[in-house]
Amino acid sequence: MATEFHNLQELRHSASLVTKVFIQRDYSEGTVCRFLTKFPSELDNRIERTLLEETVKTLNSYYVEAEKIGGQSYLEGCLACATAYIIFLCMETRYEKVLKKISGYIREQNEKIYAPRGLLLTDPIERGMRVLEVSVFEDRGSGSSSPSSSTSSAGSSAR
Amino acid sequence: MSQIHHVSLDQHQHQHQQQHQQAGQYNQICTRSSSGSCAEGPEPSCPAHRTRTPRRKWQVFPGRNRFYCGGRIMMARQTGVFYLTLVLILLTSGLFFTFDCPFLASNLTPAIPAVGGVLFVFVMGMLFRASFTDPGVLPRATPDEAADLERQIDSAGCSRPPPRTREVLINGQTVKLKYCFTCKIFRPPRASHCSLCDNCVERFDHHCPWVGNCVGRRNYRFFYLFILSLSFLTIFIFAFVITHVILRSNRTGFLSALKDSPASVLEVVVCFFSVWSIVGLSGFHTYLISSNQTTNEDIKGSWSTKRGKDNFNPYSYGNILTNCCAALCGPLPPSLIDRRGLIQSDTPQTVSQSNGTGGGSYASTQLHSHMCDQDQCIQSTKFVLQAAATPLLHADPVVLAPLPGKTVTMGGPCAYLAPSQPSLPSCGGDVLALRDAAADSHCHHHLHHHHHHHHHHFVSPEETPCGTPQGVLPCPAHLHLHPHLPVPSPAALYDPASQDALHEDSVRGLVKLSSV
Repeated sequence: MATEFHNLQELRHSASLVTKVFIQRDYSEGTVCRFLTKFPSELDNRIERTLLEETVKTLNSYYVEAEKIGGQSYLEGCLACATAYIIFLCMETRYEKVLKKISGYIREQNEKIYAPRGLLLTDPIERGMRVLEVSVFEDRGSGSSSPSSSTSSAGSSAR
Repeated sequence: MSQIHHVSLDQHQHQHQQQHQQAGQYNQICTRSSSGSCAEGPEPSCPAHRTRTPRRKWQVFPGRNRFYCGGRIMMARQTGVFYLTLVLILLTSGLFFTFDCPFLASNLTPAIPAVGGVLFVFVMGMLFRASFTDPGVLPRATPDEAADLERQIDSAGCSRPPPRTREVLINGQTVKLKYCFTCKIFRPPRASHCSLCDNCVERFDHHCPWVGNCVGRRNYRFFYLFILSLSFLTIFIFAFVITHVILRSNRTGFLSALKDSPASVLEVVVCFFSVWSIVGLSGFHTYLISSNQTTNEDIKGSWSTKRGKDNFNPYSYGNILTNCCAALCGPLPPSLIDRRGLIQSDTPQTVSQSNGTGGGSYASTQLHSHMCDQDQCIQSTKFVLQAAATPLLHADPVVLAPLPGKTVTMGGPCAYLAPSQPSLPSCGGDVLALRDAAADSHCHHHLHHHHHHHHHHFVSPEETPCGTPQGVLPCPAHLHLHPHLPVPSPAALYDPASQDALHEDSVRGLVKLSSV
């Protein structure tokens, strides 16, 4: 099990990055932003399955909310079109509001759940909404000799 | 070699003083781990000398775009045709408002100039929105993400070469996702790589030279509203100019009417020739919007029933009205490239360093290179491509003259894990050989560095900024080469700005070749 870290700052300063796990997009329902809820095996004894699943599902529901096509988005779109989109200079779109909510949610989840386990989520918007990046940290002393680090580097050098 | 090997294993990125003595060995470790595991250290610990002014991300954007107003405005590199559009619209409308509108307002109704004015403002607004916004560019993969994909590709395919496509099921329709060698990603469905802008664009429609930008997910509605309102404006001007001429000729005769307002003749000619194409285009896009297709998909016939009976468009909502509303009034997605964001301090160009002769400083750059931003990496890749293409054009004695095909592979499949790749692109080998011969006079240490440089620079584009501490120059690594190599046209290699146009052409050719 990973060492205990109490906040993000501490985590960033006192631990070294071992590997990064990427949760890919799920396109089965179209181009709406959704991430796969399949649990990545690299995180097996790092975090409980349900916790990560819960986070991914919540994120997915936020994206659905952001990209929902319905009365409100039509109203917003028509209003914007009527003003030749000048209104967006002084008004936030719903998408932007939800994105703020998402980054707040990720920050909160990092503080509460992920940082104590030596993990760190990156907001997908910083990765072009393609992946949900989970950075895995390890305590300084055991960083370079950890099994996951050696397997990943061995796997790559084998090629 | 091996006795220091275990020492380096225990080393952390932060212990530079020790690495000074073993820079060569340290390189090895880092090359190995360049595929991701320790690639991005949590903190830049090297004694980095920051550049005074913080730079923004648009300044190091890897695509071929132009940015204005501190990154707020984004356009394609070639904007000539955009200015032609601008001149045509401004000229025709200007003539209409100055020569026809006064007559029409006093003889018919003042509503004509008012309606014309509103239309004109809307057209210009939509044109600028379509031209100046980010069309939905997908940022390129970070080195870690690319390495992760590379691992997945390798583990998935046992055949050689491993398949670089992925199949996903979207609403019951199988869609093939292609791997983009430039962006190092599997292109999301509907995305395509624009060869002119060198970016992957989401829901790529087409590259429109008339608006001087790609048309994609984020500016398609502006583009559509632009051509729609422009076709209305053109018809409007055409109709009222003819009315003007008819009214005048009723009073004074046809010929003297033409003599009185010669501008009307010019407007009629411009409108007559442009109205067909503009109306046709907006009709075509209306059809596309109502079936929720992109021009790209329509041209390829991706969802045509000719391809198969059960072929259908998985993105359509099944209803013309919903499709139209979704395209025009749907939520406006955010820009994924943070153009105005400041570059973090752990990017390589913040390190300033003498000239790679000191082992210690080299170690630190090597380290920094792994924390590099993908942006710089790609820029350097581009420069390597440019440099590689130059001798082709110049037909000089060749230093870096790979075949076009080779150049493509350079940015290509074996890009990431290059040092351990079984097949090194020939150009890398060529330069290595030259390099070793030229560097004979130098100490072993030095030689070793350069050796590694070349591995990095010519084989794996991501690694390119490894030895590029100065960073301000697009590829200062070539400066390392400069004193030693018998380069035929050094300027061509070191001064990209001066030969920009030439290089652009050659790179475009290479990009086209790569897509064949």
